[in-house]
Amino acid sequence: MEEKTTQAAPEAAPKKPKKPLPKSRIMVGEQLAKLYQDTIDAKARGEKIGWSASIFPQEIAEALGLYIVYPENQAAGLAARHQSDDLLAHAEAAGYNMDICSYARTSLAYMDTLTAESNNMPKPDFVLCCNNICNQLTKWFENLAHQFQVPMFLIDTVYNYDPCASDAKVKYVRAQIDDLIHGLEEISGKKMDYDKLTEVMRISQRNKDLWREANELLAVKPAPLAGFDLFNYMSCMVCNRGKASTTAVLEQLIAEIKENIAEGKSTFPVEEEYRVFWEGIACWPYLGHTFKTLKKYGINMVATGYVNAWGLEYEPGDLDGLARAYIDLPNNNNNLETVVGRRIEAHKKFQVDGTIYHVNRSCKVMDCQQYETQRRISEATGIPFTSFDGDQADFRAYSEAQYETRIQGLVEVMEQRKKEREGGKD
Amino acid sequence: MELQEILSQLAWAAQNPRKMLEVQLSQGKKVVGCFPSYTPEELVDAAGMVPFGVWGAQTEPYLAKKYLPVFACPILQSSLEMGLSGKLKGLSAVVIPTLCDTFRCITQDWLAGVPDIPMIPVSYPQNRTDAGIRFLRYEFETVKGKLEAICGHPITEADLERSICVYNDHTAVMREFVAIANEHLDVIDPVTRHHVMKSAWFMSKAEHTRLMRELISALKAAPPHCFKGRRVLLSGIAAEPDGLLQILADNNMAVVGDDLAQESRQYMSPIPEGVGDPLLRLAGKWRGQLCSLAHDEGKQRVDMLVDMAQVAGADGMIFCQMKFCDPEEYDYPLIARALKEIDVPTLCLEVDQQPGSTEQVRTRLQTFAEMLG
Repeated sequence: MEEKTTQAAPEAAPKKPKKPLPKSRIMVGEQLAKLYQDTIDAKARGEKIGWSASIFPQEIAEALGLYIVYPENQAAGLAARHQSDDLLAHAEAAGYNMDICSYARTSLAYMDTLTAESNNMPKPDFVLCCNNICNQLTKWFENLAHQFQVPMFLIDTVYNYDPCASDAKVKYVRAQIDDLIHGLEEISGKKMDYDKLTEVMRISQRNKDLWREANELLAVKPAPLAGFDLFNYMSCMVCNRGKASTTAVLEQLIAEIKENIAEGKSTFPVEEEYRVFWEGIACWPYLGHTFKTLKKYGINMVATGYVNAWGLEYEPGDLDGLARAYIDLPNNNNNLETVVGRRIEAHKKFQVDGTIYHVNRSCKVMDCQQYETQRRISEATGIPFTSFDGDQADFRAYSEAQYETRIQGLVEVMEQRKKEREGGKD
Repeated sequence: MELQEILSQLAWAAQNPRKMLEVQLSQGKKVVGCFPSYTPEELVDAAGMVPFGVWGAQTEPYLAKKYLPVFACPILQSSLEMGLSGKLKGLSAVVIPTLCDTFRCITQDWLAGVPDIPMIPVSYPQNRTDAGIRFLRYEFETVKGKLEAICGHPITEADLERSICVYNDHTAVMREFVAIANEHLDVIDPVTRHHVMKSAWFMSKAEHTRLMRELISALKAAPPHCFKGRRVLLSGIAAEPDGLLQILADNNMAVVGDDLAQESRQYMSPIPEGVGDPLLRLAGKWRGQLCSLAHDEGKQRVDMLVDMAQVAGADGMIFCQMKFCDPEEYDYPLIARALKEIDVPTLCLEVDQQPGSTEQVRTRLQTFAEMLG
């Protein structure tokens, strides 16, 4: 019989006590958990529930009182918690090429299993897709609708090769919004209350203003917040931007940021040596590594494309305006000149020292004009940049060593420029 | 003309696009590059200019790397390379449809990198409702205005009606060829079939129709052939290079139908002739187009391929997966599953435009041929 030996367990190093979460963080966490649970409960009651793309005109379903969940939010959450690896493998085994967007692969696997370690969503009765982010969404949601044998409502915003939408395009998208209203009325058996719709649009506008304000408070130097913190609040705008609960979360967040400004504090844990603009979606499986590497050099990411990603501007009650906003807003739906113009403005407003471009393997629409974007912005602002290869949800497309080297290189240039500036002052 | 002579002429056109362009230019014609797919060539033809297909080439991108990551569509990489390196010099403009994410970006990269060849973008609606088709009419009207500025005269309704007839005639002969080719699989082997289909991109449609009519007559005059090998379908954006198709022939496989964007997919339906606004009718053609690049809620493409396989008596299907073409990647699992249900095996073959060894492809095709029995 094998002799059993006992060994004293090495004394564990005392754990660093976790900082208590700010009230706004607790609120946003509870809000998102409630959305998932409410949708599960609604389904159990026999109500019709939907899955939606993130920059879809949510105002319509919200006004009809329908419960909607968001596969992009689900995929990002799973990736950030390292819970999507099996789903990616499942999708690839089902024949989906690794070249396909990793959010889509996560979702198409979930479509088969309806089981994930968290963020579970009930089977949809309809799907809502808007291709103002990319065309892959159209294909992804087509496959969801086909598998579940449910209707798909596509709001096709058509690429803006001109600086802004033509009236003909607005008319086309408005017709689709009318079709969406009628289609959802039919599925849900509910009738649209246009006063309620105007109210949802009003709340959405208020939330848009608050989101922008929270982001723009990072223009204060040094920033009162670590830019990565704002990723934690994205679910407000992705999944709940037509709800009054989002107003409460964002007002609380702004109050906390303003308190930091008043007290000269920041959630960025070290001294802010450099301020950078981050281009592209976060690298969710490596959020910790991307942040810690920046922190090591005192780099705070003070601005991202997300600043305006939900800045959908319209007059409450104006459905043509709603159509135009969903066409004109997302950067991915706009021509290079428009995107570069917006970025240059942000670089100046946030007083950034450098730009970090995420060459996101999942996102061709962001990557295939990114090189020219880099050149134009750098030429116009004189601000140095670097790029790294990664992916929004596929852990295999990122190299810690490459990221560290690229950031180190950017720091060297930023440092040199800083010295020159300081020398100039003397 | 003799059968072989016509086939040689078409093969030469398919294999020598640049020389075909030079022939047109030497005749004093204005030529407009038409990127894939479904570009409104009819408008170019109606303007008295020659539409010219821009489908990339077997080339190693070098200059294009300044604009595109390695995982961009090979056709668009090499087409941009051709623009940047001057290989498309002489074109009066290019028309680029924004049908996928990479296409959206290519319009912008072209503007930045190839300023000497004007770029005319065109956006296609994905919802092909009445409102969508009216929007496409507006897009075509915009393209028409830009083409008029290049050709220097207005494009009249009569011009458009004439072009619609030319294109409908062409669609009809191409469909007739595809049908009759299956009775002559000894002559119309995979490479020859591809050359016939591809040649349409590099000459005026009226000229191509004339040659196709002669080809069809010659085929009709020849005795039908009873093909004993394996009958396969091709699906995808394009099946190239020739070396890949030659491997099919080497393994006694014949192509008995295709759903390739470069080949039959564009000939699915004619444009309604003669009644009402010609621009609206031209836009209406998009309504029935089945393609990975057009929103297909019911996945009718899958059903269409199942029907095609049954009608053609196909032994198998080769899915020519253009590297990094995500619209096609989303359709493939559904197509493979549906064909499996009717016992038609599928092989997914990656297609690239960068020169490389075909030995791995040969092994896979040999194995597939053996599997088909």
